[in-house]
Amino acid sequence: MTRTPFVLRHPSVLVVLTVLAVFTAAVTAGSAAYGSGAIPVSMIKLLGKTLCLALAAVAMDLVWGYLGILSLGQMAFFGLGGYMIGQWLMYARTETIVAAQLAQQPIPATAQELQDAVTNQIFGVVGSSELPLVWSFAHSLTAQLILVLAVPGLLALVFGWLAFRSRVNGVYLSILTQAMTLALALWLFQNDSGFRGNNGLSGLQNIPGLDHVGQATLSVWFLWASALALALGYALAAWLVSGKFGSVVRAIRDDETRVRFLGYPVEGFKLAVFTIAAMMTAVAGALYYPQAGIINPAELMPIASIYLAVWVAIGGRGRLYGAVIGAVIVSLLSSWFTGGRAPSIHLPGYVVNWVDWWQVALGLTFVLVTLFAPKGIAGLFDRLSGILPPRRHGRDLGPDQGALQEKEATA
Amino acid sequence: MPRFFLIAPLLAVLMLAGLAAPAAANPALETLISENIDQIDQPSRRTVEPLVASIAATGPEGLALLQAWADRRLGLLDGRAVIADGDALTDAATGAPVTGDPKMLRPNSGVRSVIEAALAAGALTDPDPARRAAALDSLSRSADAEGLAALRAALDDPDPALAARKARLERLLTIRHDPDSAARVAAIEDMAGDVGLDFRAALNPLLATRRVVSTTEPQGNIADELSPGSKDLPREAAIALLIQEGALDPALTPAEQRARLVANITNGSVGGIPVAQLSDPTARDRAYEALEAAGAVPPAATAAEIDAALETHRFFDLYAEPDPAVTDAAKAAQIRAQVRLAAMQGIDLALDALSLASIYFLAAIGLAITFGVMRVINMAHGEFIMMGAYTGFTVQTLIADRTLSLIVALPLAFVVTFGAGVVLYRLVIRHLAHRPLETLLATFGVSIALQQLAKNIFGTQARPLTAPTWLEGSIVINDVIGISSIRVAIFVLALMFLALFLFIMKRTRLGLEVRAVTQNPGMAASMGINPDRIAMMTFGLGSGIAGIAGVAIGLFAQVTSELGQQYIVQSFMTVVVGGVGNIWGTLAGATLIGGLSKVIESLNPSNTLAAQTFMILFIIIFIQFRPRGIIPQKGRAAEV
Repeated sequence: MTRTPFVLRHPSVLVVLTVLAVFTAAVTAGSAAYGSGAIPVSMIKLLGKTLCLALAAVAMDLVWGYLGILSLGQMAFFGLGGYMIGQWLMYARTETIVAAQLAQQPIPATAQELQDAVTNQIFGVVGSSELPLVWSFAHSLTAQLILVLAVPGLLALVFGWLAFRSRVNGVYLSILTQAMTLALALWLFQNDSGFRGNNGLSGLQNIPGLDHVGQATLSVWFLWASALALALGYALAAWLVSGKFGSVVRAIRDDETRVRFLGYPVEGFKLAVFTIAAMMTAVAGALYYPQAGIINPAELMPIASIYLAVWVAIGGRGRLYGAVIGAVIVSLLSSWFTGGRAPSIHLPGYVVNWVDWWQVALGLTFVLVTLFAPKGIAGLFDRLSGILPPRRHGRDLGPDQGALQEKEATA
Repeated sequence: MPRFFLIAPLLAVLMLAGLAAPAAANPALETLISENIDQIDQPSRRTVEPLVASIAATGPEGLALLQAWADRRLGLLDGRAVIADGDALTDAATGAPVTGDPKMLRPNSGVRSVIEAALAAGALTDPDPARRAAALDSLSRSADAEGLAALRAALDDPDPALAARKARLERLLTIRHDPDSAARVAAIEDMAGDVGLDFRAALNPLLATRRVVSTTEPQGNIADELSPGSKDLPREAAIALLIQEGALDPALTPAEQRARLVANITNGSVGGIPVAQLSDPTARDRAYEALEAAGAVPPAATAAEIDAALETHRFFDLYAEPDPAVTDAAKAAQIRAQVRLAAMQGIDLALDALSLASIYFLAAIGLAITFGVMRVINMAHGEFIMMGAYTGFTVQTLIADRTLSLIVALPLAFVVTFGAGVVLYRLVIRHLAHRPLETLLATFGVSIALQQLAKNIFGTQARPLTAPTWLEGSIVINDVIGISSIRVAIFVLALMFLALFLFIMKRTRLGLEVRAVTQNPGMAASMGINPDRIAMMTFGLGSGIAGIAGVAIGLFAQVTSELGQQYIVQSFMTVVVGGVGNIWGTLAGATLIGGLSKVIESLNPSNTLAAQTFMILFIIIFIQFRPRGIIPQKGRAAEV
């Protein structure tokens, strides 16, 4: 028997990748650097960032929609990825500037002097003059790129191992993940943790060595990189959940105890998915923050991770394209409404200003989606393509005559 | 003429009255004034003391003169001292009224403090207890050997409290000013173990040290010999000390080396080495040595010289106090004081921890109830706390009387949040039964909507919720232990809620039904209990308690729309650590979290962020060992 190709078995992957390619091509054609210039640079950056958020949402969907762990600390990995790449961006750029300054002096600087000057420049703001240990690899792009994957991966591995081993699950696990990201954020907020406290890392939009390339071109490059990362991440996630591995993962979501009794190493599966998702999120973060230009510990507060869950829920969890749709639509809508550009609604006696009321609307929409459309926007696609659960109203739930009736089963 | 006859008897009466006044003639004072008139005119702080003492010794007239002097009411008129009282002038020595335009004296503050100390010594035996107390205050601020002598002479006091104060002050002054070492040691030993600030302040100058570098053992009372590189004397500090003493040439910092090299660049090279090569530290050293050999730069201490100097010199801490017996006794007393102080700080910390634990308990109890009964985490719980606090604020704007408004606000907050809880249950949570993760998310949606609503209604600035005056201030036990009244009140409130909760759960029909539903909803339903109604009631109850917690928290924290967010994570932790479905578990969790945060905070008081980080890490690790909390739920419900 010949195996049907992966793409044919999962046509949605092809559709998503095609849409992504068309979208990227369209934005490139509208950019100032490579096309008509109809789309301003800030808009291209916003779209590039949105693609990164979509990648994070895909990872979130893997963990929540497929594995059943509502991780409220996913953005910790996103932020860590950003911090890891930010270290190199900031260090290398400061080094270039400082080296140019030192070259003006009568005697060429020693390596130590150069490093001291860079340290002063970066850490003067938190009153420190020694390069923290965590910046040991900041001079090397390769090392920091490895760390982008290694640090969040390791954190997810250790945290997951501790949590899954002691069979923490359900809401307990959600609270624990929330605690993890809160602890990390609070740690980063301290000046002496070596990440510049609440100043965060800044000036990340300037890529060292690419000063001659303008922001207009860079923004398009980052859009391409983000689109590529999303495409690869999406394909990886789709491949992961499609085969036997995916079946086991979904079985764990539906009844963990049963899967364990069937002999599967449940903890191993959970740990694998959790860690892979953490690394995907970290890549998304590493691409996001150079476009945002600044990262600070507030980005790691639990609320950000909860919003990620909201996007996935509205988009439709358990469907990878649902996560992408949710992240894109809700984050773009959010920035439109909170940016003050949405027109106010004039009611008799009160003006609904969207900057004030968007959060209320989002919260209530979210409640409504959870109550009435648990499948989210992706549920609409299911309905269109006819993937619906069979209508069984009034029939017995089991094959025997003595099987439960539907009305009995609800108690 | 007739007018004169009228005035003459009047004058006589006035003169008689003047003679009858307390300032009667005092020949000793009179002589003293006439002999020292120059010094009274131009007193100096250093020399005026014997004069003041002898004036004070002449009796009440002398004291009156000193008082006037200190108050700048003393003047000189024709070689006599006169006291001005408003427009009236009297002779200081004879008490006779005088007329004229005296030269008023303006003693400087140094002289005045000398006079006041002398006055205080006199006032120690004053018949008025208030003046004796004031004299003791003044003496404890500025005392010397004479003050000590005066105090010793006046130790007896009819008022037992003042007598005790005098005795204590006498011991303290003995430690400071007694010339006899044995007496000082005895006084120190008498007071050892006392933790009062005054005693510790009296010990500190005795134990003050200065650091001395010497090749031999120095003269004096040696506190300690230090070795360079130890914790008390880091190597850098020892080197700095040697340089300061002139025993060592200043070492060359890289910046100085650089500056001197730059100053000696000739034809693109320094000391024969091309400038371009100077990015290498060893090349810089060679260049500097070349310059040193040529005499162009001053010599710098080399590593070997530094080592040798450290080797030959010894470092000592010397007490300023010469007598070793005194310093030994003071050292021992200080250690005892520190030990007792640590114990008392421990008690203070425990009180703080207790109050923090009661706040967490109040905030978490509602969460624990709903989670225990329905396995539902209510993310909007923090917003119910905020709602309670805003209810308190609104009531306070309507009712001016603080006590009355608090009495109204507490039940009203309960009613408001009870209603909100019931509405949330009916509209959302009931439809998401058996889907705990989705409930968590849906209630989170409610939470962000409520937070933004509060911002839209009350604005983003913090609203004050003022406590009634009887709750302001604090209960102070001694210099170390103290706790604010509001925190005591919150502790009492938490105890009341514990009692109320136990009463409802163990003694009422509702409690019985709640326990039945918690253990087995299906069985409870078949016994005629309506699980839906029970769940609604418990949800309302839990939310109502959150509202009351909100009022309590609002009394000491600012009321903002983010108020609930600050407590929600701690509340979750309390529930998770304590174990669900058990009030004692919540209590244990709150105590553990409250106590631990205070302990971590006290280890590093400057860094509260680190305290929170460590707290959360501790909880993550704690869950490893007790995944179901301190008091896990038993029975069937635990298996779900």
